[in-house]
Amino acid sequence: MTTFIELLVNGVSIGSVYALIALGFVIIFKATEVVNFAHASLLLVGGYVIAVLHEDLGFWLALVAGVAVAAVVGALVEFCVLRRSRAGDQHVLAIVTIGVDILLTTELTRRIGTDVLAMGDPWQSQVVQIGGISIAQTRIAALVTAATLITCFLLAFRYTSWGIAMRAAAEDRETAALMGVRLSRVSMGAWAVAGALAAVAALFLTVFPTPGLDRSTSLVALKAFPAAILGGLDSTTGALVGGLIIGLAESLAAGYQNDVTFLGRGIGEVVPYLVMIVILLIRPAGLFGTRELARV
Amino acid sequence: MASGTLAVGGLSVSYGKAVQALREVSLEVPEGTVTAVLGANGAGKSTLLRAVSGTLPFHRGSIEAGEITLGGRRLSGLRPDAVVAAGVVQVPEGRRVFGRLTVEENLRAGALGARDRSGAAAARERVMELFPVLAERARQRAGLLSGGEQQMLAMGRALMARPKVLLLDEPTLGLAPLMAERIGETVAEINRQGTAVLLIEQNAALALRLASTAHVLEVGRVTLSGPADALAASDEVRRRYLGVGDDDALEPRFQRPPTLERWAG
Repeated sequence: MTTFIELLVNGVSIGSVYALIALGFVIIFKATEVVNFAHASLLLVGGYVIAVLHEDLGFWLALVAGVAVAAVVGALVEFCVLRRSRAGDQHVLAIVTIGVDILLTTELTRRIGTDVLAMGDPWQSQVVQIGGISIAQTRIAALVTAATLITCFLLAFRYTSWGIAMRAAAEDRETAALMGVRLSRVSMGAWAVAGALAAVAALFLTVFPTPGLDRSTSLVALKAFPAAILGGLDSTTGALVGGLIIGLAESLAAGYQNDVTFLGRGIGEVVPYLVMIVILLIRPAGLFGTRELARV
Repeated sequence: MASGTLAVGGLSVSYGKAVQALREVSLEVPEGTVTAVLGANGAGKSTLLRAVSGTLPFHRGSIEAGEITLGGRRLSGLRPDAVVAAGVVQVPEGRRVFGRLTVEENLRAGALGARDRSGAAAARERVMELFPVLAERARQRAGLLSGGEQQMLAMGRALMARPKVLLLDEPTLGLAPLMAERIGETVAEINRQGTAVLLIEQNAALALRLASTAHVLEVGRVTLSGPADALAASDEVRRRYLGVGDDDALEPRFQRPPTLERWAG
């Protein structure tokens, strides 16, 4: 039973980190209708900056720098690449983001090399005992941080002018423009916010129990794609629920893989995609999605 | 005072460099007046408003010649948000309210384009006075409103930006006659409060009653212009847009429908 609760808490914690990534992914899709395949590389940018700067600046300043750099890189990708593109078609732009992803990831992989970079976080490998259950401090920090950020985001999305402009543009771009909403600003803002959230997620994907940031970190981030897709690409609620489902499924599958040895080792790695496929078979637009991805 | 006149001069618009939607259209909306543009489907009425609002790029359209000015200041070539900030706001055809946003949020969205946010409270009060039903439904999702209520919301949303000129694209389309009447009265009231209106309508009887000046658009050209009452009295307009006229005059039109003209040349 304690194992189960531990797995549950860890699952919710890692799920909330996936939710941060998926949320950024969904914001970009809502604001621009572009599926952003460069999201994992934005995350890697943020994580890399934190890892490189923490010795000189200290952890907290490095974290701020990482978040800021990832936000700026996100905004620059929008400003320098997507906005310049004369292809009005969102599908073409999605493929352009694959190119951006390859460029960024290649450069970062070259810099990281074969190293495993420590993040210099204050939690290290300490474990908290609560009533016989042991949970890593990093997992608690991840959960609290993600929950706070997501709450702030949702409140801003609901009540501020920025949020209303975002939602109006997401629903009907042309009419939003007629109301004086500057679509270019909305999409740049979306990319910046998504980058910032991804940087925070990068931190929690690379701290204990993970040894640190290495070149495969962006592959770990890919698990947030099924989270965004199974929740419904255009739904913020979907991103949150999708993140939790993927986190829990992965944690439980990894924890109980000894009971299902006939499936082989490493089932935890595969489960996110299995869950996504099953859910998409039942609900093609995702759990909370409202639009089909493409009309024929 | 002519400083607030919306003037369209020699405007030609095409879509994708192939479809010519407007040819040398010229018209004026003097400050504080209602000007109507009549025309059948495909005559280029919505294209005219897209050109003014700067949303032609959404439809791969572009201005080929001519210009649009407000009080002498050039509007053509500006982005939609700059046009709104200059004081020209459009209520698009089919209302296009943000269905997933509440009524209140729709109104806030309308205020996003106003250059200074200081007058927002006064604008909101004015909108609530014009459309009390919006206050009752403030927390409802706009998608749940009836067609007439959605039209009111679309107009209220546009007024939140405190426009000098309001562009209305078929505000009575698809509404019950009583509701269309009410929208007509509201347009007159908005105009009385000092906002100029460019009214695009298929309901010619209503439009000609509200407007002081009217233009008839046919296949991208202005074919008739004049004071609204003169146009309402002219045989051509009575026959084609008001559906009245002696039967003898109607007979030949059925044999040669006017739509054939566009294929003739």
